[in-house]
Amino acid sequence: MNAQVQITDAQVRELSYAEAIREAMAIALESDPAVVLMGEDIGTYGGAFQVTGDLIDRFGPDRVMDTPISELGGAGVAVGAALTGLKPIFEFQFSDFAALAMEQIVNQAAKLRYMLGGEAEVPVVFRMPSGSGTGAAAQHSQSFEAWFGHVPGLKVVQPSTPAEAKGLLLAALADPDPVVIFEHKLLYKMKGPVPAGHYTTPIGKAAVVRKGEHVTIVASAIMVHRALEAAAKLAAEGIEAEVIDLRTVRPLDRETIIASVKKTGKLLCAYEGVRTLGVGAEISALVAESEAFDYLDAPIQRLGGAEAPIPYNPDLERAAVPQTPDIERVARQLAKGEV
Amino acid sequence: MMRDNQENTPFALRQFTPAQLREALRKMYLIRLFEEGAEESYMRGLIHGTMHLSIGQEASAVATCMELTDADKITSTHRGHGHCIAKGADVGRMFAEFFGKETGYCHGRGGSMHIADVKTGNLGANGIVGGGLPIAVGAALTAKRLGRDEVTVCFFGDGANNEGAFHEALNMAAIWKLPVIFVCENNKYGMSTSAAYATAVKNIADRAVAYSMPGVTVDGNDFSAVAEALHDAIARARAGEGPSLVENLTYRWRGHSKSDRNRYRTKDEIEEWMSRDPIARFRTELIAHGILDEAEAEAVEAEAKAAVAEGIEFARQSPSPAITDVTKFVHAEEAA
Repeated sequence: MNAQVQITDAQVRELSYAEAIREAMAIALESDPAVVLMGEDIGTYGGAFQVTGDLIDRFGPDRVMDTPISELGGAGVAVGAALTGLKPIFEFQFSDFAALAMEQIVNQAAKLRYMLGGEAEVPVVFRMPSGSGTGAAAQHSQSFEAWFGHVPGLKVVQPSTPAEAKGLLLAALADPDPVVIFEHKLLYKMKGPVPAGHYTTPIGKAAVVRKGEHVTIVASAIMVHRALEAAAKLAAEGIEAEVIDLRTVRPLDRETIIASVKKTGKLLCAYEGVRTLGVGAEISALVAESEAFDYLDAPIQRLGGAEAPIPYNPDLERAAVPQTPDIERVARQLAKGEV
Repeated sequence: MMRDNQENTPFALRQFTPAQLREALRKMYLIRLFEEGAEESYMRGLIHGTMHLSIGQEASAVATCMELTDADKITSTHRGHGHCIAKGADVGRMFAEFFGKETGYCHGRGGSMHIADVKTGNLGANGIVGGGLPIAVGAALTAKRLGRDEVTVCFFGDGANNEGAFHEALNMAAIWKLPVIFVCENNKYGMSTSAAYATAVKNIADRAVAYSMPGVTVDGNDFSAVAEALHDAIARARAGEGPSLVENLTYRWRGHSKSDRNRYRTKDEIEEWMSRDPIARFRTELIAHGILDEAEAEAVEAEAKAAVAEGIEFARQSPSPAITDVTKFVHAEEAA
């Protein structure tokens, strides 16, 4: 159980990440008539990853709306609906397909409040099944969080546990501005404790999920679990890694990252998006520009996705993104002063 | 629809009161004079950036909005000044926006291409061709879901009808039977590329067939023809019968934007269309049918002229935003 989750109901159950997201959507649909779900095959089919599941049976096709295969138009309908009083949760079947809808997300949703001088708001939530590891190759496996993180007006989150997935979705819904949620596909079946009822996990706050003093590992989404596995192995060697679950890509939680680096003097960023110009570059820069710079005992290290599309061959696919042994190796080198 | 014995009286003159018709003429003058005022201010360096003037398209904007209330929504285009005025915006706050002032509709953050007036239902001009099409469908979805008696009019140009967003938006509006009216202002050119070259169908309204909705092409410089087409489309939308596509054939007298050298069209063509001035035509019609006399028409024009002069003065005297507020309005918490 993550300490930063604000529990308002003592009841905690084991739910999968997908079930936790579904529960958040059910709570939202029950409590607010303005909430609608939109997306491709989210109705009777239950969503490509069975996240919406049976919600159509409970809330009907007017609240759980199948859209045609029209990502640009569908996202735009969600933007227009949000602009006029609905609170749409729009599911992209794969985050890769958001490339078809960049216009509406980047030029419209992100900028409308600003372009209209604060006279309008777009409380839309875009859900994006993301990441590699499913054998779906180059067009169904990407990690676009840095793309969206580059756009003022958007908030971008990456839950790593079922409890976070529910809490961040409910926080996104409560937010009057557009929020993009990257849900890692390999986590959908992962189980974890999830509080019942309504609670929010704050956007813009990272979580220290393992305390340590020798090296800081800032990780996001599935990399959090790989970092924790690596940290457990390193602990057997007497190396205590501090693992930060980033949770939010935009806005970044500067304070948590800087405080940790000041303590450990070593920073490793582990993320699945392409390494160059990725989330790790921004984290590295913010540390280098901050008072934590003087505390650094070693060069900052980044582990990110390869400079290649995600390949089909399973061995190549694994090699294209950081794995637990990679994190373990680099964190060990950092801790031992070998970098 | 009323089809009484006044067969020679244009639809609009039967449908609207003399006061409404007078107001329509005033708004058409207001648009023309606003555009001329904006153009002059630009030449004098008071407005920077660029702008897309709608001189010649005034009947399309005003007649389209005749039966809309403030609760009804519009989405507009990069050539959107006329739509904004037609929907009820104040020209002083519009000029202030163009001058980049804090008193502008967008507090100086949007300018010409993002002019909006949410309170009168104008969800905004758009710098992206076709950008407003799905947004309009979303606004209509809100009305349907929340049971509001509202329609949305989506203005777009001939250029937008070749964007994917057009096709996706019309399809979704049709399958969900949403209260939206797609109004294509076909002014013959998307920047320099003619609709005749760029579009596979003869009339853009022909594309309505593909989305199972009525499509009609009208003379966009004929106030009454536009008002009648919109009357039918709005009635259909309010009755829950779904969307319509109306194509207003019109012409922009000025170039696409301030960089246009008019190399893609002839002087003869421009002059021919200028002789079909929608304002002169409407004014003549109102006088011929005894709605106004010459002196009253002059007074309407003078009223619009005074409003434009007053608006420019308001804009000039208004304060600019504070430089330190560059990130204000990015998110809600910074808007307070």
